[in-house]
Amino acid sequence: MHRKTLAELAAALRGGEFSSVELTRSVLARIKALDGQLNSLVTLTEEQALVEAENADALLAQGRGGPLTGVPIAHKDIFCTRGVRSACGSKMLDNFIAPYDATVVERMRRAGAVMVGKANMDEFAMGSSNETSFHGAVRNPWDTSRVPGGSSGGSAAAVAAGLVPGATGTDTGGSIRQPAALCGISGLKPTYGRVSRWGMIAFASSLDQAGPMARSAEDLALMLQAMAGNDERDSTSVERAVPDYHQGLSKSLKGLRIGLPREYFGEGLDPAVAAVVEAAVEEYRRLGAEVREVSLPSNHLAIPAYYVIAPAEASSNLSRFDGVRYGHRAENPADLEDLYTRSRGEGFGPEVKRRIMVGAYALSAGYYDAYYLKAQQIRRLIRDDFLRVFEDVDVLMGPASPSTAFALGAKCDDPVQMYLSDVYTIAVNLAGVPAMSIPAGFHQGMPVGLQIIGRYFDEARLLNVAHKFQQATDWHQRLPAAFQ
Amino acid sequence: MSLGPDEVKRIAHLARLAIDEADIPSYARSLSDILDLVERMQDVDTSGVEPMAHPLDATQRLRDDEVTEPNQRELFQSIAPATEAGLYLVPRVIE
Repeated sequence: MHRKTLAELAAALRGGEFSSVELTRSVLARIKALDGQLNSLVTLTEEQALVEAENADALLAQGRGGPLTGVPIAHKDIFCTRGVRSACGSKMLDNFIAPYDATVVERMRRAGAVMVGKANMDEFAMGSSNETSFHGAVRNPWDTSRVPGGSSGGSAAAVAAGLVPGATGTDTGGSIRQPAALCGISGLKPTYGRVSRWGMIAFASSLDQAGPMARSAEDLALMLQAMAGNDERDSTSVERAVPDYHQGLSKSLKGLRIGLPREYFGEGLDPAVAAVVEAAVEEYRRLGAEVREVSLPSNHLAIPAYYVIAPAEASSNLSRFDGVRYGHRAENPADLEDLYTRSRGEGFGPEVKRRIMVGAYALSAGYYDAYYLKAQQIRRLIRDDFLRVFEDVDVLMGPASPSTAFALGAKCDDPVQMYLSDVYTIAVNLAGVPAMSIPAGFHQGMPVGLQIIGRYFDEARLLNVAHKFQQATDWHQRLPAAFQ
Repeated sequence: MSLGPDEVKRIAHLARLAIDEADIPSYARSLSDILDLVERMQDVDTSGVEPMAHPLDATQRLRDDEVTEPNQRELFQSIAPATEAGLYLVPRVIE
């Protein structure tokens, strides 16, 4: 069963090939047998999953099942899940049992998906390698001495190893696309505001976006269909109809105009990764697309602007963790300030502390104009770049990451080196446009991801572009040797 | 941009973060590196560029001023570190 995609599993369930209880048991058994090598899941919700699977089977028996009914999935531990620990990779929330479901969780449940567990992640989604989690590093199923990418690395590794057919992720600076690329799966970051952020533990509110991670673009379409849409509880979620993402998947790509940003193929890109991406673009030419070079001249400013905006928003968002109402609390505080500082000092790991301090500094008196305001101006320049190129092309393509997965520990002592691994993903979050990564090939046994970037709310086209490639290639169907 | 130990302590205090004395030099080094990275923004002339706070230039949506949430005090306080008589307990603030 673990070789089937989410869409294939859903169809098999509707066809009565096996029941959701059987499928869920098999998924749970596989997780228990194999996840010791990966550390991709931090909580298993076995009892609840079997109850949800029984309910799904009852619906299926009545012929009332939908496209996700009875399919097991995992949720990134950044999403609040009612009655289930929602720790966000942090000691701060290790004892936090969420009193409600995030909108994404609620919608996936309503669509019939069965939650089997919560996926490991970088602490508060801060990281590009999944090594900052309080629950320990996640390992890449293609080579367990390497990182899976972050911060949705647990979700990516679990899907790549065939432990679950799909998982949710969140992407603030590349946290869906980069781990999807390094683990060889498909992942989509929708347009900012397309999916509700309600109940998703906030990192940088103007950049955070939830999205689906799975083996194929078709799977992503099914999951996005369930997740997307306005939510009155999130005032940043947009009031805009959700199209049928499945309908246009197989549309011909003849005449599709692809732009290759010059800045995505320059210095710093591993030539082997470039070769795989170029071969994928060549495949698109064969499928009828036209390819031209374009330029995003402000791209080099994306990382500097991001490392002001994201920490500034994080320092504000994470001020709610004060040891008073929930989460970690220091013992025997002398006074209120001692309660705050020690609870936060003990509860947060070093990367989170670093970013809170950068944010506090950038927002402090005398520095606001030089840092925060400047970064917000640069953000507009970056968005204007995208608006300009999308007048001439339909999608942009390039690498999702400058290299394949690196060794565990390789960049831990140098945060700036770590930050540079998101050089091709961050501008997308600053602009708020949708983008995805799909498996495009391998280099020395490690997967390479092709990034596809689209216009605002053009997710249907991205999925179509990805699906046609996946009909012509089989990169997305491969499983790592140890997880066959 | 180079931050010294005193600045790191000041920022940690602003953020209400206790950090170990022994870790201050490494925070000073990594924060300085990050600020150097960020400093590259200063090479760009952004005069006249309107800052962008929201990717879709959306404005804040308002709703009717009505109570819509039910009282869930017991549920919410069931996960609190310390409560008494329906209130959250913190160290004494007023002597």
